[in-house]
Amino acid sequence: MSKVIEIKELSKSFGEVKAVQGISFCVERGSLFAFLGVNGAGKSTTISMICGQLKRDGGEIFIDGKTMHDDPEGIKRKLGVVYQGSVLDKPLTVKENLEYRGALYGIFGEELENRIDELCRLLDMSDILRRPYGKLSGGQRRKADIARAIIHKPRILILDEPTTGLDPQTRKKVWEVISYLQKNEELTVFLTTHYMEEAADADRVVIIDKGTIVAEGTPIELKNRFTGDFITLYGKTEEEIAELELPYEVVPDGFRIKVDNTAEATKLIKEHSHLFTDYEILKGKMDDVFLAATGRKLDNETEEKGEKKGGRGR
Amino acid sequence: MRTEKRLIKRNVKLFFADKGLFFTSLITPMILLVLYITFLEKVYRDSFSAPLAGFNISEEILNGLVGGQLLSSLLAVTSITVAFCSNMLMVQDKITGMTQDMAVSPVKKHIPAISYYVATFTVTMIIALVAIAGGCIYLAATGWYMSVTDLLLFIFDTFILVMFGTALSSLINFFLSSQGQISAVGSIVSSVYGFICGAYMPISQFPAALQKVISFLPGTYGTSLLRNHAMRGSLEAMREAGVTEEHITAIRDVTDCNLKFFGNNVEIWHMYLYLSISVLAVLGVYIGLNVMKNREKQ
Repeated sequence: MSKVIEIKELSKSFGEVKAVQGISFCVERGSLFAFLGVNGAGKSTTISMICGQLKRDGGEIFIDGKTMHDDPEGIKRKLGVVYQGSVLDKPLTVKENLEYRGALYGIFGEELENRIDELCRLLDMSDILRRPYGKLSGGQRRKADIARAIIHKPRILILDEPTTGLDPQTRKKVWEVISYLQKNEELTVFLTTHYMEEAADADRVVIIDKGTIVAEGTPIELKNRFTGDFITLYGKTEEEIAELELPYEVVPDGFRIKVDNTAEATKLIKEHSHLFTDYEILKGKMDDVFLAATGRKLDNETEEKGEKKGGRGR
Repeated sequence: MRTEKRLIKRNVKLFFADKGLFFTSLITPMILLVLYITFLEKVYRDSFSAPLAGFNISEEILNGLVGGQLLSSLLAVTSITVAFCSNMLMVQDKITGMTQDMAVSPVKKHIPAISYYVATFTVTMIIALVAIAGGCIYLAATGWYMSVTDLLLFIFDTFILVMFGTALSSLINFFLSSQGQISAVGSIVSSVYGFICGAYMPISQFPAALQKVISFLPGTYGTSLLRNHAMRGSLEAMREAGVTEEHITAIRDVTDCNLKFFGNNVEIWHMYLYLSISVLAVLGVYIGLNVMKNREKQ
C-alpha cells in the first residue's frame, strides 16, 4: 500500500503552549488509521493542520505527495471530515443540506442528484432525505453527517470522534457504514476516538500525548509492546494454581494470571500441561496500551472485551 | 456564481425557517408600531399642532404627515435592526462549525462572506419592502400625498440604509463568536437604535450635546432622507393649503427633515454622499479584516 498522508516533523504552538511538537507519521492508502490522545493532546490541532484550517509552525504535510501550498483545492477535494458535533442546518431537510454542501464542491444539477441517489442507496437513507435534519435520531443524523462528508467522493475520510454520545447499537450501525465505505469506496479512514475497542480494529494506531507521539504500530504490536498476556484457568482449585508460583487474581469460575508475553505463556502451558485443561489467553486491552503509553486513561468508559488469542482448550 | 447563489439561498431560507431569528429581527419594528398605536401618533400629531395653529389643514393632510413620519421611522429601524438579526447567521455558523466546514472545502474564501452580505441584504430588503407596502396601504387609507418620485426615492433611501446596516452588522459580527455575544449585540442594537436614529423621538428634541454626537452617525442621515421623501408630499399639500414657508420650515426642523452638522445645514445630496461613503468605508474595513484573517491562516 502507498502512503496517502505523510506528516514530517509537524509542529504548532499557541503562545507558550506547544500543542504539536515535531510529530511524524504516515497513513497507508485504504487503511483505517486511529489517532488517539486525551483532550488537549494535539489531535484536533493536527487534524486542523492536515485540513489546512490552521497554519503550521514547522514541518510538512503531504497528501498524495502534495502539500496544501502546492495544490490547496486539489487536496481539499480529497478530504472529507465528519466532526464530533454536527455542522448541518437543523431547520433544513437532509436533501437541502446535501445540496448546499455539494455547492461548496461545485456539484450541481444532475451530477448532484445522481450523487444524492447514490448516497441514499449506500447509506440506506432514502426515508430521511426529505425530513428536517433537526428532527432525526442520533443514528440518522450521523448517516446524514457522513453523507455530507463524502458528497464530493473524497479519498480520505477524517472522523473526529464520530460515535461519541451515540448508543451502542447506533455506534455499531455507524461503524458498519464506515467499514463498508472503507472497503467498497476505497476510502482511507483517519479516526480519532475515545472508544478503545474502535481503535482495536484499526490497521494502524498512533497515540499522541502532550503534542508528541508516544506509541505507534498495529493494535497487536502495541498490545505486545505495552501489555502482557492474560491466562484464565477454569476448573482448578486455588492450591493447584499456587503450583505455578505466579501471582494470580480470582475471577468468576477461575483464576487469572498475567504473563509478560505469549512465549512465556506457551512455556508455562508446556511445563504445567496438566493444569491447562480449560483455559483462555487474552491479549491486553487497548485501554492498557493507552495507559502504559501515556500514563493516563481516556476519560470515558470503554467496552473492549479483549482480543481472544487462544481458544478454550480441553 | 452558482455556489454563491446556492449559499445565498441557504442563508435566506435559514433566516425565514429559524422562527427565533425571524421574530427577534421584528422586535424593534413591532415595538415602534405598538408605541405608535398607544401614544406616538398623538405625540406626532401634537408636535404639529403648535406650528399649524391658525391654519385650516384637513385631517387627511395631517394623517399623511403623521403616517409619513411613522413609515420613515419604521423603515429607519427595520433597515438596521433586521439586518443585524439576519446577519447573526454568520455568527451562528461559527458556533455550529459550518464556517469550519466551509474552510475545509475548496470554496474560495471570499464566497461565504459575499453570500452572507447578499443574503442579509436580500432578507432585510424583503422585510423592508413588505413594510413599505403595508405603510403605503395605510397611507392610502388615511392620507396619501407621496408622488411616484417620492416613493422611488424612499425605496432608494431604504436600499442605501439597508446596505449600511448590512455592512455595519457584517463588520461587528466579524468579531463575534458565541451565543452570548449574539444576544448582547442583538439586545443593544434592538433597544438603542430606535432612539439614536430618531425613530421613537425626533433628534431635534434631544439635548444639544447629544445631537452633536448623533450627527456623526450615518444612520441619522438615513432617517432624515426617509423623512424628507415620506413627508414631502404632505408638506407640499400644506403649503398649497396656505401654510407659510416659515411654518413649513418649523415642521421640517421638528421632524428631522432638516438636519444641522455643527450649525451648518445638511443638504439632501450631503446625506446621500455621507451615507454612501460610510457604506464603502465600513465595507472596506470588513473586506480588509477578512483578507488579513485569510492571510493569517495560510
